Amino acid sequence: MAEESKTPVPPSPEDKKPATEAVPSKQTSAASNAVEKPPAQPAASGAAPPAKPAPAKPAGPVPEAWNSPLVEKYKHQFGSGLEALSYLGQNYFAVDRSLIANFLKLLRDDDQFDYCVDITAVHYPKRDKQFDLIWILYSFSRNERIRVKTQIADGESLPSSVPIWATANWLEREVYDMFGIKFDGHPDMRRILLPEGWKGFPLRKDYGILQQDKEWVQINLGIESGQ
Amino acid sequence: MLNSLMSYLGSNVTPGEANNQLWALIYVLIIFAGVSVAVIAMNWLERKALAHFQVRLGPMRVGPHGLLQPIADAVKLLLKEDIIPSESDKFVFWIAPLIGLLAAFTVYTVVPFGPSQAVSDMNIGILFMLGVSSLAVLGIVMAGWASNSHYPLIGALRSSAQMVSYEVAMGMAVVSAILMTSLHGAGIYGASNLSDGTGTLSMIGIVQAQQEQQVWFLFKFFPLGLVAFVIFAIAMVAETNRAPFDLPEAESELTAGFHTEYSGLRWSLFMLAEYAAMIAVSSIAVTLWLGGWMRPFPHWLSGSAWDFIFSLFPGLTFLGLGAIAVRGTLRMPKHEYFRVQTIGLGAFALVLAGIGLLLLAIAIGAHSSGREAIARAADAMNNIYWFVTKIAVFMYLFIWYRATWPRYRFDQLMKVGWKVMLPISLGVLILTAIVGVIA
Amino acid sequence: MNEIKDDSAALKNEFTNLDLETPEKPYLDSNELIINMGPQHPATHGVLRVILKLDGEKVLGTECVIGYLHRGVEKIAENRTYTMFNPYVDRMDYVAAVSNGLGYCLAIEKLLNVEAPARANYIRVILTELNRIASHQLWLGTHALDIGAMTPLFYTFRDREEILKIFEKYCGARLTTHAFRIGGCQYETYAGFEKEVKNFVQFVRPKIDEYEELLTTNRIWLERTKNVGVISGADAIALGVTGPVLRASGVKWDLRKAQPYSRYQNFEFEIPTGENGDTYDRYLVRMAEMRQSLRIIEQAVNAIPEGPIMAKVPKVIKPAVGEIYQSIEAPKGELGYFVVSDGSTQPYRVRVRPPSFVNLQALDVMVRGMLVADVVAVIGTLDIVLGEVDR
Repeated sequence: MAEESKTPVPPSPEDKKPATEAVPSKQTSAASNAVEKPPAQPAASGAAPPAKPAPAKPAGPVPEAWNSPLVEKYKHQFGSGLEALSYLGQNYFAVDRSLIANFLKLLRDDDQFDYCVDITAVHYPKRDKQFDLIWILYSFSRNERIRVKTQIADGESLPSSVPIWATANWLEREVYDMFGIKFDGHPDMRRILLPEGWKGFPLRKDYGILQQDKEWVQINLGIESGQ
Repeated sequence: MLNSLMSYLGSNVTPGEANNQLWALIYVLIIFAGVSVAVIAMNWLERKALAHFQVRLGPMRVGPHGLLQPIADAVKLLLKEDIIPSESDKFVFWIAPLIGLLAAFTVYTVVPFGPSQAVSDMNIGILFMLGVSSLAVLGIVMAGWASNSHYPLIGALRSSAQMVSYEVAMGMAVVSAILMTSLHGAGIYGASNLSDGTGTLSMIGIVQAQQEQQVWFLFKFFPLGLVAFVIFAIAMVAETNRAPFDLPEAESELTAGFHTEYSGLRWSLFMLAEYAAMIAVSSIAVTLWLGGWMRPFPHWLSGSAWDFIFSLFPGLTFLGLGAIAVRGTLRMPKHEYFRVQTIGLGAFALVLAGIGLLLLAIAIGAHSSGREAIARAADAMNNIYWFVTKIAVFMYLFIWYRATWPRYRFDQLMKVGWKVMLPISLGVLILTAIVGVIA
Repeated sequence: MNEIKDDSAALKNEFTNLDLETPEKPYLDSNELIINMGPQHPATHGVLRVILKLDGEKVLGTECVIGYLHRGVEKIAENRTYTMFNPYVDRMDYVAAVSNGLGYCLAIEKLLNVEAPARANYIRVILTELNRIASHQLWLGTHALDIGAMTPLFYTFRDREEILKIFEKYCGARLTTHAFRIGGCQYETYAGFEKEVKNFVQFVRPKIDEYEELLTTNRIWLERTKNVGVISGADAIALGVTGPVLRASGVKWDLRKAQPYSRYQNFEFEIPTGENGDTYDRYLVRMAEMRQSLRIIEQAVNAIPEGPIMAKVPKVIKPAVGEIYQSIEAPKGELGYFVVSDGSTQPYRVRVRPPSFVNLQALDVMVRGMLVADVVAVIGTLDIVLGEVDR
């Protein structure tokens, strides 16, 4: 089948590069109308992203600056470690790793973001800081939903949000299970969906779609392979 | 021996009283067979009625409309491998269902199907019944213990705790009914000087007391008799581990019942014991409150004409059942695969109709001719019919309860037994005694 | 193999306050018992394993072991195109497949920055609300069965058949419907759709009353469900619980009203809430939700606008680089899709925020101090579907 040939290989590298470069560059540059490779061109010239047609023809929606009293307050507090952007109407903060624990706590305490909707991660293997960690938060009183993103490198760990929101317990366990990111201070840091003793973190991009921990399968299930 | 056989036929006491062992044995065999058939029929009825409550059909394939299903189940269970857990206590494991069965069947010695249609009329009949039916608890505890596994053990202990607690309330309700037998005034509130009467514990005596007082104890000292009856009716459901008190044997609860480790024939013995116990406690209820073998309205609608009309009921019932079976036969699909079933159902319909006609003949014969033998036969037929009909109503109620209600949690069950049933039954007992003295 | 004997050390969950402090302490207290429930169990609604620490009959703590139905749906998403992944989402919460599909389609439409046309939205609303009723009916049947009432199961399944017939006529499948496409609906409503839906609404209203008649005022049901599995509103919010469980704890919040999608703002309906946050309130809330869904369906089916059913969406879906989060009010709670696109035809990351997964976390808090027989009732009242918990 057509997709089989693709499956172990991530989508074409040329596509990846502009994407991975675009995201961090959005975060570090203050202005947001920067690099955006038109997504319609699949493989061709991945070489020179910035110079081309961006100002003349916006190829798709771009993240814009997000301005609101909330943002003002935190920009004052955290200065350059924090970016506030908005994509397609959805607002998010991009925060440095060192500030994250404090920031989340302040969001809950001062701004009534009392409901942690989700905690998840995305893996960008070609980047220095490979993992994007995302918290999605919602405030009942404001009826507002925001995201908080941060980037960490492979092997780094983050402070756990369990003291802030009780729901983070299983959500962080799943992030650990699927990505291998540990959370310091989590009361019960172990795998949740995969069995104990499984080796490998499936949602990383270097874990194949058909890959399984053969050793675990053979020891525990007594069969040659799960395929 | 033929003498012994014939000499009893003229008497109007039970074989026990007449000291006729041969007839006692015959009665025992008849009752044993009858209860077994009743249990089988109850199994079928339960599955069909439950299914119809749940908008489905129930067994339809094994025999016409599933009539042979219980037999198929029995055969299957007989042929199953007899699994005994290796670590179990073998002797206790073997004997536990037998004790349950023993307790369930021995009580039928005193169940009165008529004034002389009982194996024996002990003068402590009701005490005997309550006592022997309590032995079933022993069987359950032995089963749980012998299984050597903590789930059945917990289930068995729960079950036995439940049965014991509801027996207390049952006992109190029974005592208040017994109190009523010692009165001699007729009518709902009639009582009279206690020193004249002698109360009785004998089952036949209780029904005869209702006959004398011309009222079913259900209505005596209204509403006291009714409340006592209701208490007993609820307690008997708990006593037999039926819904809504069936937590010990429910599948979706954590601890499976005491009969987890039993399979095949041994398990079916437990089921047999359970159904037999259901019939036994229903017969207590019928005897004590519902007038036993008496036909409805023996005093309001009295006279030989009414007697005759009511004596037609048994025959008509069987004819009605036969008619239903005939209708079922006519509605069978007309396909050759169904030929055997259609023939079977038709034959069954004919048998039922035949029995109905026979019973009608007996009734008419007793009414028109004066021959004593036929009159006796008609009497026996009537008595047994009304007794069994009332028990059948209770059986249907058991099934209805199971279909409708969720089950109680164990602590709620015990709370109801001790904190609700027992005080009410004590209260009814005291009030019955007071009213009996005052009225 | 994975024996239960090793799980003593595993029960160190902070929320249970189990004080098996030191792994070296090999003995339990003499009254305490660790019992394993599942993964094969008639009452756990799927392959869920719950390890209970009991003191006699009282539950001191629980731990859920999940993952028996983990199929790696999020990994699969990275290897399929956007359209090809659409059927996969049905298989997560297989009881309410239409809602899953709706959430996914809305997410990708948001990523593409298109909106489905009005007619498609109305059809979507009708089918989603029908599915909500079907899901609640299945919940009611199985929940009542766990508590011991075996009859409502058959009644609810019989009535659910009518909904499944409508789905079958519409899109060919009863359970995993794949009813919607990115940009709208693929299938037009079949001839007689409105009439059948209206008939269904008339048909099922008295049936819901019938279910209530059997259970709502039944003393045994009340005793089994009142004050069982209580969770307060504040606890529920902290634990991220959503859906009827949250509403029964007093928090009046429904995504269809708070952040409407798919033209829900055009319909008038109420949000039922409860007060105590116990099992009985959750039961009442779901029964009321069924009735509100009927209201929505009636309004929608009387007003389906004419027009196209599919927006202008390219044949090959290649959203711009970026990420969005879209959530809907599924029958079980807030179902969210966080999709990251890298500009190619395949999503870079699809994260499904499963309501049952997060709700199941609350089991521990709800069940502490209750009796063993209540654990079964509470698992039933959370209305979890393991396909969604494990994905």
